[in-house]
Amino acid sequence: MKATLKKLYVLLILLLLYAPIITLVVLSFNASKTRAKWGGFTMKWYASLFRNEQVMNALYTTLLLALLSALIATLIGTAAAIAMNSMQAKIKMYFTAVTNIPMLNADIVTGISLMLLFLAIDATFGFPTVLLAHITFNIPYVILSVLPKMKQTNRSVYEAALDLGATPAYAFFKVVFPDILPGVIAGFFLSFTMSLDDFIITHFAKGPGLDTLSTKIYTEVKKGIKPEMYALSTLMFLTVLILIILVNYIPNIQKEKNLKENTRYEKGMVH
Amino acid sequence: MKNKKNLLAFPYLLWSAGFIIIPLCMIFFYGFTDKTNRFTFANVVSIVEGENLKALGISILLALIATLICVLLSYPLAYILSGSGMKQSGFMIFVFILPMWMNFLLRTLAWQTLLEKNGVINMILHFLHLPVLNIINTPYAIVLGMVYNFLPFMILPLYNALSKIDPSVIEAARDLGANSFQTFVNVIFPLSIPGLISGITMVSVPALTTFVISDMLGGGKILLIGNVIEQEFKQANNWHVGSGLSIVLMLFILLAMGLTAKYDKEGGSYF
Repeated sequence: MKATLKKLYVLLILLLLYAPIITLVVLSFNASKTRAKWGGFTMKWYASLFRNEQVMNALYTTLLLALLSALIATLIGTAAAIAMNSMQAKIKMYFTAVTNIPMLNADIVTGISLMLLFLAIDATFGFPTVLLAHITFNIPYVILSVLPKMKQTNRSVYEAALDLGATPAYAFFKVVFPDILPGVIAGFFLSFTMSLDDFIITHFAKGPGLDTLSTKIYTEVKKGIKPEMYALSTLMFLTVLILIILVNYIPNIQKEKNLKENTRYEKGMVH
Repeated sequence: MKNKKNLLAFPYLLWSAGFIIIPLCMIFFYGFTDKTNRFTFANVVSIVEGENLKALGISILLALIATLICVLLSYPLAYILSGSGMKQSGFMIFVFILPMWMNFLLRTLAWQTLLEKNGVINMILHFLHLPVLNIINTPYAIVLGMVYNFLPFMILPLYNALSKIDPSVIEAARDLGANSFQTFVNVIFPLSIPGLISGITMVSVPALTTFVISDMLGGGKILLIGNVIEQEFKQANNWHVGSGLSIVLMLFILLAMGLTAKYDKEGGSYF
């Protein structure tokens, strides 16, 4: 009884979370152009999606922005996290505080503050300003992913490498870097995701003529969303779903395979 | 050696000064000056004007309700998930985060389709001979949108805190004669407070400052403080008033964080 109630509760929350997603997937196959009516099954939005230049441009901008901002943020953030690990307390306090500001502050305030900066330096609002904004809110995610890994590294191993004649750079890349690599990768993917999904900060940092998927959807909401958007979001969701399943399960399968082989060795079945 | 390593943080030092510190200073500069660059309190004080004060009041109220509902929904869920088998619960957490990979504007838009007068939910209610729901374009729809969008931010920290509790502590409580209610109140709940606090911060700040959810689900009729600020910047082009209101907003964020941090400390010493 208790177990059934628990399962029912989990299911209800899942229904709440997935109801809009199912709606969007269903709408992507809806032949009628309005959201209110079901006009029969169709795949035509998937076909016209790739011919819709505006949507394709927004997709290209979004992906390029996410990739570049995540890459640059990972470089700056990882370097900063490595330095922060062995920093004097007072200087470290500045970096910790400055990392927390964009994380804790409201997105709208971050967006406005950057907009005021770009206005003050008379920058042209466009791809570069949006890129600068995305890098800015991405760096804290990288630092917060790398710093815990950096804390776990063993300093004496690095020193041992130095004693054995390695240069600091060689010792770092051979000894320290492999240990923090999972944090670096996590920071990169986190940044990529945050950039992909951001609307509010982009809204304030962009100029007319440039659109990411989010800002495009926002303007379309008022004029009526084109059904291609549903098709695109369904495709993107499926891509991410498949990627995550692959990333999570392939190592497991590999591990299980190794485990099986090892036990076979132990049992003397394979020679 | 140490100073050399600090050099790695140099790019971030420049970046944070240029894109975090200076932009924040710009908000304060604009917030405390008028169009002739003279010092004034008028922009900040304009928060007490009828429309603005009303918007701030509604924002605080809706954010409080949404945060409370998120706590009430997430706590049992996180508790159930943390109690289930280790391997399965990792997968379940993944299932609860997955919806965040679909564009947040589209997911919010989907709620329009679900909640509309002749929408999916009302069709189901009508079929079951239940009274129909007319909450689209009302504050209820906005609260629903907030709960829906920010729920994962509450589930995750709560789940992390609950699953870190050492089972032997719970066993010890039971061995010492506590019943399951007493164990929960005196052992499990106090240990989950840090997760609860970070969940509350992560939900209440975006809920307090959103303008997108109220735009899409409130039908443009209900103005939150985020909407007022966004309009000052994007439509009225009155950066001084917009900045002044942003300063007030930041004060509220700081206040909320201070309160939760204080409660966190007191909670820690109480139990």
